[in-house]
Order: sequence, then C-alpha cells, then structure tokens
Amino acid sequence: MSKSAEQIVTDLESVRSGFGAAASPEPVLTVRDLDIVYEVAEPVHAVRRASLTLHRGEILGLAGESGSGKTTLAYGLNQLHRPPARIIGGSVTFHGQSDGDVDVLALEGESLRTFRWSRIAMVFQGAMNSLNPVISVKAQLEDVFTTHRPQMDAAERRHRSEELLRLVGVDPSRITAFAHELSGGMRQRVMIAMALALDPELMIMDEPTTALDVVVQREILQEILRLRQELGFAVVFITHDLPMLLEISDRIAVMRQGEIVELDTAENLYFAPKHPYTRRLLGSFPSLTGSTGDFVRAGYSPEETR
Amino acid sequence: MTTLTATDLSKTYLLRSGLRFSRLQAVQEVSFELSPGRTLALVGQSGSGKSTIAKLLMQLERPTSGTLLLDGAPIGRRGRALADYRHEVQMVFQDPFASLNPYHSIGHHLLRPLLLHGRATARTAPGAAKELLERVNLPADDAFMERRPHELSGGQRQRVAIARALAPGPSVLVADEPVSMLDVSVRLGVLNLLARLQQEEDLAMLYITHDLATARHFSDEIMVMLRGRVIEHGPADEVILSPREEFTRRLLAAAPEPATNQRFLAEAQRRGVPMPDHLAHQEDLG
Ligand SMILES: Nc1ncnc2c1ncn2[C@@H]1O[C@H](COP(=O)(O)OP(=O)(O)OP(=O)(O)O)[C@@H](O)[C@H]1O
Ligand SMILES: Nc1ncnc2c1ncn2[C@@H]1O[C@H](COP(=O)(O)OP(=O)(O)OP(=O)(O)O)[C@@H](O)[C@H]1O
Ligand SMILES: [Mg+2]
Ligand SMILES: [Mg+2]
Repeated sequence: MSKSAEQIVTDLESVRSGFGAAASPEPVLTVRDLDIVYEVAEPVHAVRRASLTLHRGEILGLAGESGSGKTTLAYGLNQLHRPPARIIGGSVTFHGQSDGDVDVLALEGESLRTFRWSRIAMVFQGAMNSLNPVISVKAQLEDVFTTHRPQMDAAERRHRSEELLRLVGVDPSRITAFAHELSGGMRQRVMIAMALALDPELMIMDEPTTALDVVVQREILQEILRLRQELGFAVVFITHDLPMLLEISDRIAVMRQGEIVELDTAENLYFAPKHPYTRRLLGSFPSLTGSTGDFVRAGYSPEETR
Repeated sequence: MTTLTATDLSKTYLLRSGLRFSRLQAVQEVSFELSPGRTLALVGQSGSGKSTIAKLLMQLERPTSGTLLLDGAPIGRRGRALADYRHEVQMVFQDPFASLNPYHSIGHHLLRPLLLHGRATARTAPGAAKELLERVNLPADDAFMERRPHELSGGQRQRVAIARALAPGPSVLVADEPVSMLDVSVRLGVLNLLARLQQEEDLAMLYITHDLATARHFSDEIMVMLRGRVIEHGPADEVILSPREEFTRRLLAAAPEPATNQRFLAEAQRRGVPMPDHLAHQEDLG
C-alpha cells in the first residue's frame, strides 16, 4: 500500500458515499425478537429481543458495553453459538440474492455448513488467536480455495492468496510465515483476508482492528468500503471505537445489557442521540488534541475506578 | 521502587522461506527507561516491534544485542534471580484469547499468583481475588470466580488479564494493548485505576497502544515506532500536539475524528445546526 497519507485520510468519506448510495432498500438479513440465553447455573440472558434489518450493501455498526451481548448476537446470526448458549426465541431470515428467503435458525448439517461459508463470512473477536498455529498462512489461505473453489488450480490459488494479502497490507513475501511469527495486527489482517476470500454476501466483523495502527486501519476500511461498492456485500462491524464507526457506518446499533437500545443512521446518532447510554458513549471519548477533559490522570476520583 | 533501563535493545529473527533464509530486524537499537510512578506509552505501526520489546522485557525472548538493567544491575536470567525478576515485572498480553488458560477458572488465575508471590494466605486469598475483580469492574462473586475464560466476553477476559498481572503487586507493568476491547467508560475506569496505582504504589509502566488519545492523556512520555526503530520520543503533549516526524503526523491525521469529518460537517450545514459538543454531556456520566 503506497498511497500517500493525504489520500488515505481524505478518501474515506468519498469512498463511503461515492457512486451514489451503496446501501439499497432491499434487505439481506432480517432479525426478529432474537433471544439468546447461556444456560449455566445462573443463566445469562445475553441477547434480549433483538430486532434489526440489514440492507444489501449496508454497513451496520454495532457498539456497546463490554459484555452487552454483541458477540453472542453475531454468533446467533450465523448459528455459530454452542451450548450452553441457546436461542430461545425469535427468527433470523436471510434474503438470498438468487434463491429467496432462508430461515437460518432451521438450517442444519450440510446445508448449514455451506450456508455459513458461501453466504456469511465472519472475522471472530480474538481473530489473532484463531489461525492454526502449526500450518503456514499460505496453506491456510489456499485451503479455503481448495475446499470451496475446487475448480481453481494451484497457480490461481497462489495468485489469489497473495492478492488478498496485498489487499490487507501484509507483504505477500510473508505468506510462508506461521502465526507466531506475525505481529498481532498482521494476524488480524490475515483473518480479514480469509473472510474476503469467497466474496460473501454478508461479512460479520467482531473487533477486527484492535491491533491495527490507525493508518493501516484506515487503509483496510477503505478497501472494505471500496469492495462493498464493487461487490455489494453488507457488513456488520462490531467495535468499541465509536468515532471510527461514525465515519464508516450507514447505521449504528448500540447495545446494553443484551438489548439494542438505539438503532439509527450515523448522522442521527451523532446529532441527536436519544438513549442516555449513547450520549454517554459519545461524551466519553478523550479528545486527541483538545483539552484533557474529565479523564486527566490527575483528575480521577476513586468512584470512577469502581 | 524499581527502574527498568533498556539500552540499545535489538532483536533479529531468522525467517525461512522454503530453502532460503533471510533476517528480519524486528527491533533495532531501542533505548528507554521505565521509572517509578511514570508511564511510557509505546505507539506506532502495526508490526513495528512493540510486542517484541514487551517480550524482551519479560524475558520471553532473548535480545540479539543490548542490555536490560533493573535498578542499575543486569537482570537475573535464571533460577532464583529470574523468579525475583518475574515477581517485580508483570505483563498484560496483547491477546486475552490466548493468554488465559482455558482449563482453569477465573478464580484460579487470580489465586495462584496471589499465593505464589506471598501476597495472601490460603485464608485471605479469595477475598484478595475478589478485591482485584472489583477493581477492574467485574462481578466479584463466587459464580464469576468459578467461570472459565471461554465463558467470558472479550473485554471481560482482558480485565481478568489485568487483574492477574496486578495480583503479585508488581513494581513494573508491561501492558500490551490492555484495554483495546473495552468500551470507553470501562476503559477510562481501568486506565484511571492504573494511574492511581502508579501514584500510590510507584508503579512503572509501559503502555503499548494504538489509541493515541489515551496514550496522550495517561502517559508522561510517548515513543513512536516504525519498522523496528523508535523514530520519536518525547513528553506526551509534545509528541501529540507538535509531532516532529512525518510518520507521527500521519498517525495523528488518521485517528478518527467525527468533528472534522466531511460527512458530519456537511450534515451540520444541511441541518443548519452547529457541530454537537458531546463532551459537554459528560455530566450525564452520573
Ligand atoms: N459460555 C458462556 N457461559 C456463560 N456466560 C457467557 C458465556 N459466554 C458469554 N457469556 C456472557 O454473556 C454476556 C455477553 O457476552 P458477549 O461475549 O456477547 O459480550 P460482548 O458484547 O461481545 O462483550 P465484549 O465487548 O467484551 O466482547 C457476558 O456477560 C458474558 O459473560
Ligand atoms: N517469533 C518470530 N519469528 C519471526 N518473526 C517474528 C517473530 N515474532 C515477531 N516477528 C516479526 O517481528 C516484527 C515485529 O512484530 P511485533 O509483534 O513486535 O509487532 P507489533 O509492533 O507488536 O505489531 P502489532 O501492533 O501488529 O501487534 C513483525 O514483522 C513480526 O512478523
Ligand atoms: Mg465480544
Ligand atoms: Mg503487538
């Protein structure tokens, strides 16, 4: 990636809004009253009556308290949840481009497996830990193609793998590396590359950029925004970085204690936040260059650390 | 009170690609000092060598060259001296999904270092562990102590990792992205806790982060890394407000800031309203 700083910094909004609105009014995923419980000794009701509609080509940001159920919700969309997690109510419908509606919660076995890979790609939270430690990056990337694109030959696989690495800013010469030889951010980028490999219709990304510096982060977001214009996929982007979400998202959902407490366009959320927790979130980002505000080190109060 | 001094630290990795070998200079001649009651922030490019520095300080890797001194004396590298070093110098790892043992309960993760380092007795340890949980804003009850890492959210794991590092009562803390998965209010709470420990217990801290705003507000000095080298090092405000290096300026310019974003400036005009001042809502924090 050899773009100049200026290009990277100013491009994001033009890429996001470029070529007319990318998001179409046509839904790609509808979630209705989804309820997910961890059935442990003291059951945890992690997602409570969550409803949302995701449109084709839309970027939906998902923010919220730590432990508020974001990851659990993301797993539910894909039926990736494992016991003791159980979906106790609600529905998830995927509106396929070619084959109509799919009742995701009714899928099982082979059809569920195919659905997951070809329709929805997921970058897991803690992705930097989800590479296989004993297999090289090259083998893992190419394996995706061997399994899901059997018609590709070895040269094509190699070419496509290197192309994906370049896309996320990892030097393709590092393709033979093993996970432990890569930095945290490089591992995250490899996982993003794998999610992009099969041109999914929906990408769910759970804290995919926690280990990336802001320059690389911006370059990758720019690629994702560009690709969704080109390929029209929708993205659910989970992060605590609200300033970043505001820049890239069409709409933003805010979760707290298992509930979606606010869901609106990034503009409405920024100019007229309704829920007190949203206001609190917006108000608690220390300004980079402004005065230090409430969170100056000297200004802590013992209560705050509770 | 403990000072950790690094002088001209370098680390070179040998990379193998098929039959060919090449060298990767992950860290090149880096020098700094971690002193009591002070925080040094380490920011910079992804892959520039930050975690490698942390690993060198923790003796998880051996430097190719350079020295590490603890209070002026060469650090202990084996036996009793190494155990003493580990008592003084603790680390929060970058990846909370890999650094907690999936077979052990949260309680075990905290009780073990408390007992091992003589911070508590079998009788007082459970109470001390709960106190640690409370300090990082996690539920301090038996049910939570009995959970295992995979039963926690990402941010909850991160806080357990912090509590565990604090358990032995270290005098030097190396924290690699310790709060990256926490929402801002909890994040500020945890950073404030660390700031308070610093003042009360003279903790020396290396704070590795990609969050430039907290690097500025919670550190005394900032070091910026690019491709294995420290390219800028100075007082926190100076590095952020008047950066000398081009790369530092690039980093600062790339930090998301809705208040100067074209999208929201245009929206303000369309709505005919001024840009909102969200910081004014801080009273809502309650
Ligand atoms: N296997 C499990 N058993 C019991 N409780 C669980 C389990 N996994 C998660 N939880 C609980 O469910 C709640 C929601 O967790 P989830 O991982 O969805 O949160 P999150 O919003 O993604 O948080 P973070 O931002 O910290 O990653 C948390 O209180 C968590 O402790
Ligand atoms: N065990 C190893 N073998 C070979 N190369 C390694 C090893 N560990 C790290 N490296 C390389 O050293 C360089 C620095 O990695 P390091 O993890 O220190 O970066 P970092 O600054 O922490 O990055 P990030 O912000 O992405 O976590 C990277 O190019 C990485 O691939
Ligand atoms: Mg999560
Ligand atoms: Mg790192």
